[in-house]
Amino acid sequence: MTAPLIELRHVGKSFAAVRALEDVSLSIGRGEIHCLAGENGSGKSTLIKVISGVWQPDQGELLIDGQRIESMTPRAAITHGVQVIYQDFSLFGNLSVAENLALSSELQEGRKLVSWRRVREIARRAIDRLGVDLPLDALVETLPTSGKQLVAIARALMSDPRLLIMDEPTTALTGREVAALFRVVRDIQSRGIAVLFVSHKMREMLEISERLTVIRSGRVVAAGPISEFDEAAITRAMTGQEIAAEGYRWKPSPNAAPLLEVENLTIPGQLEDVSLRILPGEIVGVSGLLGSGRTELALALFGMQPGYTGRIRIAGQEVRLDSVQHAIEHGIAYVPEDRLTEGLFLAQTIDRNMLATSLGRLSRAGVVQSGRAARDAAGMIREMAIATPTGDRPVTQLSGGNQQRVVIGRWLLNDPRLLILNGPTVGVDVGSKSGIHRKIRELARARGLGVLMISDDLPELVENCNRILVLHRGRLVSDTPVEATSETALGEQLAALA
Amino acid sequence: MSGIANAFRRHPELMVAAVLVLTVVTIGLVNPVFWQPSNLFSLLRASVVTGILGLAVLLVMLSGGIDVSFPAFAIAAMYLTVKAMIAWGFDSILPAFAMATGIGLLLGLVNAVFVHYLRMIPLIVTLGTGTAVRGFILGVVGTSQINIDQMPPKLIDFARTQLFSVTQADGSQAGLSAMVLVYAVVALLIHLLLRHTMLGRGIYALGGGEEAARRVGFNIRQTTFLIYGLAGAIAGFAGLLHGAMIWTANPRDMVGLELDVIAAVVLGGASIFGGRGTVIGTILGGLTLVVITNSLIILGIDTTWQRVVVGLIVIAATAATAWRDRKRIA
Repeated sequence: MTAPLIELRHVGKSFAAVRALEDVSLSIGRGEIHCLAGENGSGKSTLIKVISGVWQPDQGELLIDGQRIESMTPRAAITHGVQVIYQDFSLFGNLSVAENLALSSELQEGRKLVSWRRVREIARRAIDRLGVDLPLDALVETLPTSGKQLVAIARALMSDPRLLIMDEPTTALTGREVAALFRVVRDIQSRGIAVLFVSHKMREMLEISERLTVIRSGRVVAAGPISEFDEAAITRAMTGQEIAAEGYRWKPSPNAAPLLEVENLTIPGQLEDVSLRILPGEIVGVSGLLGSGRTELALALFGMQPGYTGRIRIAGQEVRLDSVQHAIEHGIAYVPEDRLTEGLFLAQTIDRNMLATSLGRLSRAGVVQSGRAARDAAGMIREMAIATPTGDRPVTQLSGGNQQRVVIGRWLLNDPRLLILNGPTVGVDVGSKSGIHRKIRELARARGLGVLMISDDLPELVENCNRILVLHRGRLVSDTPVEATSETALGEQLAALA
Repeated sequence: MSGIANAFRRHPELMVAAVLVLTVVTIGLVNPVFWQPSNLFSLLRASVVTGILGLAVLLVMLSGGIDVSFPAFAIAAMYLTVKAMIAWGFDSILPAFAMATGIGLLLGLVNAVFVHYLRMIPLIVTLGTGTAVRGFILGVVGTSQINIDQMPPKLIDFARTQLFSVTQADGSQAGLSAMVLVYAVVALLIHLLLRHTMLGRGIYALGGGEEAARRVGFNIRQTTFLIYGLAGAIAGFAGLLHGAMIWTANPRDMVGLELDVIAAVVLGGASIFGGRGTVIGTILGGLTLVVITNSLIILGIDTTWQRVVVGLIVIAATAATAWRDRKRIA
């Protein structure tokens, strides 16, 4: 039997007093697609950095082709054929595709001068090898995320790697782009290159990988061929607890007065004649491909699309939502898709983030009553179960899941009637995800809150919603009670629209 | 997107060129005196020092930094060199410029040390070094202005060299300063460095993202020292050229010039966020600024408005590039 391409034996690594990796053993065969799964903070990134030579392990050994490597450095890793594609791709947005592709090989060869003809040739070869189409002269920043990723992959393949490590490659991709990426990954594999796919999305792991290693708190908790796993088993391994999909069992009474009624909502070029109703306590899911108008719908309800036509009634009263201010006054709260840029003040503390929309309410004569503010913030940190000792920590120290709780908590302080969530658990790991879901269901039921949940994550919709709407090209194409549909049915419906 | 808008986005220099042409045509319509060779030649001459300093700032801005110390460095190099020439009695061009360039280089390397090893913000570093150097010159070296009667004659002769001269309609002679050629050579060298060497591409890469630049294998320390060292050296060179062209070495000269030069560079399409900008854009930006500020007189506007105009240009140009860069990122 030939030795595996790369093998870690009983590797340990500590930072100060924190044990990031403990007794980790892992082996990746030639041309194998191996999935490394784990929640945020489980030690995945440390493990990648040990393999790519960024960090030296404190214990254990690293073998390549059965040969022990005494000291792995980033350069040695590249020489041994290890290439890493980081989540941020490490590309230069201000340079052309061609130059991004050619720079590292030109530097490796120790070139001092730039021949633009050679740069283009190198880039052309790299792109041809990947079998994709990319504009050589376009600036990388003008490409969509999937295009940038292809540039990063093409660049990594130029040095004839034997192992390609991809760190969370699907995070910012749409469903269709993920499928395209998987074709590329399989094509890479067919040339005998192994791929280590780092992810926390179960569906993807099951689809693409041949073998799986799950780590939790720096230890390997499960490993084996993918056929031995199902979603539940992976979740159990990743979180160390049983997270059952429980579903939203609460039913609104059929003759309750609707909280929100939308009739013939139209925004030229974005939404066509959309009508919907949400009852108090009801969670309504919205799905659709990118460009379906689902975000536009959310923005219209939040007063950010003042040019709409149609009627909107809240608790039976007709309203005109033509500014965010109006929307907030009518009890509408919106948690955006990209909480890092749109939802959080990253340089500020948890408390200040939490109170950002309540300051008006908490002020008397223009002065914030700090005692009440502190009480409110502390109360919401408790209610949302945010993992922090105090609210004066920077919000950046929180995990993705806890940051999302801060954004939701901020809106709850305003006592909203309708909560619009756009991608509520994007980039949140499985454990906190189910916590957030539970919280949303609880809020809807206890406060009689109406929730509009926009998501790409079909299991998320099926698990939490009473009804699921599908939008396509700005039109509402279906409105189905959750009992009458399933993840598979929804998936097929969306695939048919694509 | 329409073809023209696209061309402007891909080549921001076209936008500057359009602004320059528009400015020139407008001024020429208001007062045809503008088109006299003597006026045109004097504008070109006036853009030489601003332009060369602009190239120094361009290097720093491309890497994502900013430099406000260069006027102080330029004056320090000029004043020390002229003082030395008088004290030691040497009066030849090459050693003089070598000395001024060398002084600028050393001062620039001091900036690099702070920026690279202490990871300090370039604005603060260069504010500090610039102020300190000015203080040092005035406090230790001298405060007195060296006038034409004491200036080394060869220096003045060099700066008076003309490429050619033409006879104007009124019979007077108007000559084009050969310093324009010096400017062209410096610009060409910087252009070659930026466009055709790995060191130059490293500057753009650094401006695109330091971590990414490190990961593909650029030597960040080497690049940082190159940028600030070269910027200082160019400033020193431009300082002596400035003294030679105005026939005086005044240690209090060039105060506030950093704003004009940064305005020219930003006007030339360089991004304040780094990674974007070209030599040709900077040249055009410098010309535009010089044409606007120096034409106020022939437009019949009081020259006290000059600073207002410079301030407005900085704001307008920065707003335009920031708007462009935001659109790119979005």
